[in-house]
Amino acid sequence: MQEFVEFTLGGVSDGVIYAAIGLSLVLIWRATRVLNYAQGGLAMFTSYIALMVINATGNYWLGFVVALAAGLVIGGVVERVVIRPAAGKPHLNTVIVTIGLLILVEGLAGIIYGSKNRSFPTPYSIVGAKIGSFDLGEGASPSAIFTAVAVLAAAGLLAVLFRYTPVGLRMRASAFSGTVAQLMGVRVGRITTLGWALAGLIGALAGMLVTPQTFLYPNSMDSIFVLGFTAAVIGGLDSPGGAIVGGLILGVLLNYVTGYVGSNLPELAGLALLILVLMFRPSGLFASTATRQV
Amino acid sequence: MPASSLAVTDVVAGYNSTPVLNGVSITARPATITAVLGANGAGKTTLLRTISGFVRTRGGQVRLDDVSLTRLAPDHIARAGVAHVPEGQGVITELTVEENLKLGLLLRRRADRAAALEDAYRKFSILADRRRRHAATLSGGERQMLVIARALLSAPRVLLLDEPSLGLAPKVVAQVMDLVRQLRDESGLTVLLVEQNARSALSIADQGVVLNLGKVVATAAAGELAADVALRRHYLGF
Ligand SMILES: Nc1ncnc2c1ncn2[C@@H]1O[C@H](COP(=O)(O)OP(=O)(O)OP(=O)(O)O)[C@@H](O)[C@H]1O
Ligand SMILES: [Mg+2]
Repeated sequence: MQEFVEFTLGGVSDGVIYAAIGLSLVLIWRATRVLNYAQGGLAMFTSYIALMVINATGNYWLGFVVALAAGLVIGGVVERVVIRPAAGKPHLNTVIVTIGLLILVEGLAGIIYGSKNRSFPTPYSIVGAKIGSFDLGEGASPSAIFTAVAVLAAAGLLAVLFRYTPVGLRMRASAFSGTVAQLMGVRVGRITTLGWALAGLIGALAGMLVTPQTFLYPNSMDSIFVLGFTAAVIGGLDSPGGAIVGGLILGVLLNYVTGYVGSNLPELAGLALLILVLMFRPSGLFASTATRQV
Repeated sequence: MPASSLAVTDVVAGYNSTPVLNGVSITARPATITAVLGANGAGKTTLLRTISGFVRTRGGQVRLDDVSLTRLAPDHIARAGVAHVPEGQGVITELTVEENLKLGLLLRRRADRAAALEDAYRKFSILADRRRRHAATLSGGERQMLVIARALLSAPRVLLLDEPSLGLAPKVVAQVMDLVRQLRDESGLTVLLVEQNARSALSIADQGVVLNLGKVVATAAAGELAADVALRRHYLGF
């Protein structure tokens, strides 16, 4: 029982990270039908920026805010400078562009910061909580709780933005039909940039939250990216809510595999799940059966 | 706001290399309805798409009052006050009926939005009953109604209607046409109306324009066109 609770809570706290990366990929996918392979790399880069600020000022929260702001700006700039010129060209072009961007940021990080592993601070303790003698594990530490709250709050704010604000309506209209959005006077280009910027912010948040566990080095976000992508695919790539649920399912599942079966299996299990979903439910576990009109 | 005129002058436009419109000129005076008639493939839809910026002009000009719309992006043209109801499409099926309507409201002042939406629901009660449903669940006629209502909600100065009667019951068509006429008279709306049914289009229009193979072959007052038996037989088939 204790193990089960521990694995479940640990799964949730890992899962929200995959959810955050998944969510950022969904935002980009909806805005441009592009899978951004550099999304993890950009989150690594903003984490370096945060670490510099934290080391220089001793203030974690200043670093946190600067990282999110940097994610926002970098996301928008990447869309304008790198992605937009490839729009309307064969799809493979954007794939290669984002892979190139990943290689670029990882190389750049190596040149600027070197390749050694750096430890990364957390704002709260990572010591797991106990109820009496019942150990809840690290998944219930103040740091893990902060992680879950931060991701869910960000997701909640995005949901409110999408559902209840004019800019959210513009974003959804542009995502579903750029032509109709234009017909209704929506500046689709700006909305696309905003989508990438928000994705950059969420990615930076994920970087801040996960890097204390992975340490920081140029490839530190690579495996998190794959798991975040899996989360997004489980959710159907088009659904922000689906990415959150997908991340949680993945996190909990992988923790059960690690906990009950063996600690070398989680990456394999994640990959297996990705392949299964792609084979049997390529539009995600929660895709509605409604087909798009042609 | 005073009513607006739309002037299309010597427009050449088309797809790829072959032009579809070969020097088309049409002037829609403020607060009038201009029926654009012609056989299938004459270029009516292309004309409307050119005005709203989805087809690039290769020559000539499009002006809204004294503002040139030539080669502006579609979203810019929409914000300038030109609403386009495209031929048999235009709802976003993933959004609800109300969200589709709200897209039209985005072009209005914030303070006017709620009242305008209620007004639209009064005029289109079918949409009011289905406001929370996804547009994907609407019938073809209901979708057409939604697109027309949404265009009107944007309070356009010029309305481009591409076969609005497509799929609508005759009673609803009459209702829509009454509404369009009312908007012309009360709000000074300027309308370009493309219709297959030339007789009914001319009956509500002030002016008629006949397109054939991408050229204007006749422009006259609606009554005159309807009375011109030879032209009617030759181009309009009634
Ligand atoms: N997307 C396109 N690409 C290439 N050619 C096109 C395209 N759309 C229309 N055309 C051609 O342009 C010509 C004019 O088409 P258009 O749709 O403007 O006609 P229309 O007058 O609206 O006809 P209908 O009454 O059938 O709607 C036709 O010959 C058509 O084949
Ligand atoms: Mg047509």
